[in-house]
Amino acid sequence: MRSYVLRRLLQVVPLLLGISALTFLLLQLAPGDFLTTVSENPQVSAAALEQMRRNFGLDQPWYVQYLLYLKNIFLHFDFGESFAYHRPVFVVLRSGLLNTLLLASAAMVVTWGLAIPLGVIAAVRQHTPVDRALSVGAFVWLSLPEVLTGLLLLMLAARTGWFPVGGMHSDDASSMGAAARALDVARHLVLPAVVVGLIPLASRMRQMRASLLDVLRLDYVTTARAKGLSEGRVVVGHALRNAMNPLITLFGFTLGSLVSGSFVAETIFSWPGLGSITLEALRSQDQYLVLGAVLMASFVLVLGNLVADLLLAVADPRIAHG
Amino acid sequence: MAEPAAAPPHSPRALFWRRFRRSPLAVAGGALLIVLYALALFAPFVAPYAENDIDRGRFYHPPTLLHWVDASGRFHAGGFVYATVRDPGSESGWREDRSRPVPLRWLARGARWKLLGLVPSDRHLFGVPAPERVFVFGADQLGRDVLTRALFGAQVSLTVGLVGIALSFAIGLLLGAISGYVGGWVDEGLMRLTELLLSIPALYLIVALRAVFPVQLPSRDVYLALVVILALLGWAGLARVIRGMVLGIRQHEYVLAAEALGMSRTRIIVRHILPNTLSFVVVAATVAVPGYILGEVVLSFLGMGVQEPAASWGNMLAQARSLAVLRSSAWMLYVPSLAIFATVMAFNLFGDGLRDALDPRGLTGGRA
Repeated sequence: MRSYVLRRLLQVVPLLLGISALTFLLLQLAPGDFLTTVSENPQVSAAALEQMRRNFGLDQPWYVQYLLYLKNIFLHFDFGESFAYHRPVFVVLRSGLLNTLLLASAAMVVTWGLAIPLGVIAAVRQHTPVDRALSVGAFVWLSLPEVLTGLLLLMLAARTGWFPVGGMHSDDASSMGAAARALDVARHLVLPAVVVGLIPLASRMRQMRASLLDVLRLDYVTTARAKGLSEGRVVVGHALRNAMNPLITLFGFTLGSLVSGSFVAETIFSWPGLGSITLEALRSQDQYLVLGAVLMASFVLVLGNLVADLLLAVADPRIAHG
Repeated sequence: MAEPAAAPPHSPRALFWRRFRRSPLAVAGGALLIVLYALALFAPFVAPYAENDIDRGRFYHPPTLLHWVDASGRFHAGGFVYATVRDPGSESGWREDRSRPVPLRWLARGARWKLLGLVPSDRHLFGVPAPERVFVFGADQLGRDVLTRALFGAQVSLTVGLVGIALSFAIGLLLGAISGYVGGWVDEGLMRLTELLLSIPALYLIVALRAVFPVQLPSRDVYLALVVILALLGWAGLARVIRGMVLGIRQHEYVLAAEALGMSRTRIIVRHILPNTLSFVVVAATVAVPGYILGEVVLSFLGMGVQEPAASWGNMLAQARSLAVLRSSAWMLYVPSLAIFATVMAFNLFGDGLRDALDPRGLTGGRA
């Protein structure tokens, strides 16, 4: 087990290096010389430009620049400077990443909070109209992209005023107490979290249904029924726990897709997450910010896959020894 | 060539058709797709106006109601609309002038257009004589007909994904086959590259790829840029699956026989190995199309794709996104949304039917 974990951890390093090299190369292919773009940017002061030229070798060939970029990350944890924000890239991205992770966690609550009960109902009521209605609903749902659900919910918010139409805080948030502020953020979080959480709902529900159906066929479930337990206790107390196992390993994989999935919801609801920052950085040609954002998003995805693999190995020891 | 008298009663194609037709939903999905693509092809004819026919006097004009029975109870088979006048008192800012019915003209003359840039005409399916206007689904912020924009937008939105997927699958097939057949360091290198691409969250990879092109692109270049981005985005996953299939196929005796006969590697890959992945590839492509179409929609919605004045479903959504529009001119949202939903739904139904018919044993797996 330990050697498997170690091996799996070691695989992550070249992967992240490769991603950084690929992204760096892509951004170098961007039209115009990077140094000229930067020096033409009125927001960059001469002193900052001089410092970046020195630290990042902006007048050097791209591979030298790349090595300097890596060196600055490893030695100083310096991802460069954001021109638009006048702050280090890492500082800008850290707050964005935290907001995205907050959104992703809330979305996960929405997904599982709906997928588990709906999947259980569909499985218990297999081949009944309820089951059929849920599977038709899931199919229709698969055809409704998050852009559309996002815009429809934004319309709901704009017309009814039940929810804020965007952002993360109300205008008067600074005068609120801690509890009121948290509640305010939660209110802003609801709609984007629903949009992101509903993306994987249909497939999670199907997986839950299939998994529970598999377990309900097993002998120990029949034993539980034979003992005279109520059907509810058989399903919830005995079957569900084992049916959840394969889904737990999905948890890690979901993390990566949530980071990508929240991109659109963040822009629609002006949620100040990684996606909003990245899009803004692309528009203002804030190169180091784009680079850092892609790296950070990939890091989360790779980490999520790693967690998923490790969970899988814990759940099924054959994987670690195979 | 003379057919033998007793031909086998069921060719694979006939079997496929019979299985496909047995699913009414799949047939309905296919029919809907034909309708959608026909509408896109004949957009300049079906649309009452030209793509950029601006009427600054009628911005945010609400949908014009079609009538068949006038105030005196007379029935008009061709249908008519009432001329509209500004009315600050009403909710939409416009009201019908019941004293001025305007008959709809079918096959009316209007803006000139060319079908596929070849066949010229100035006929439109319907229209009303100027200066009146018919906005079946309302007008946008510049007084352009939303229906017209959606029809012209379909020409972009429905095709970018298809061209993108064709390129993407060509790359994926070729590299996957090379990787699986050649093996060695080529295989190793290609597979590491696909791992890299699959480790970057899709939209962030899009951003990185989009950064390669200038922020502002002329509209004809945008189309090309979108195709390239979508193609580079999707090939990695397919290449890995094809590689796995090729690893299995290359063990077959007929491949060994071809090798023994001294055929070149290229010929073996193209003639003997790739055709065996065909039914999987067809199904996988159909199921993947909605993702590519949505790729364009999302890119244009986020302002990275098709730019004004050209229309696409994505940039129509972007215009409908402002709170003012959502509050009082929501018709700008409905048409592109419905078009996107119908397209994705049709491809999903069609793709599922195709999969069941081509692959009854479910080898290619369901949609995740």
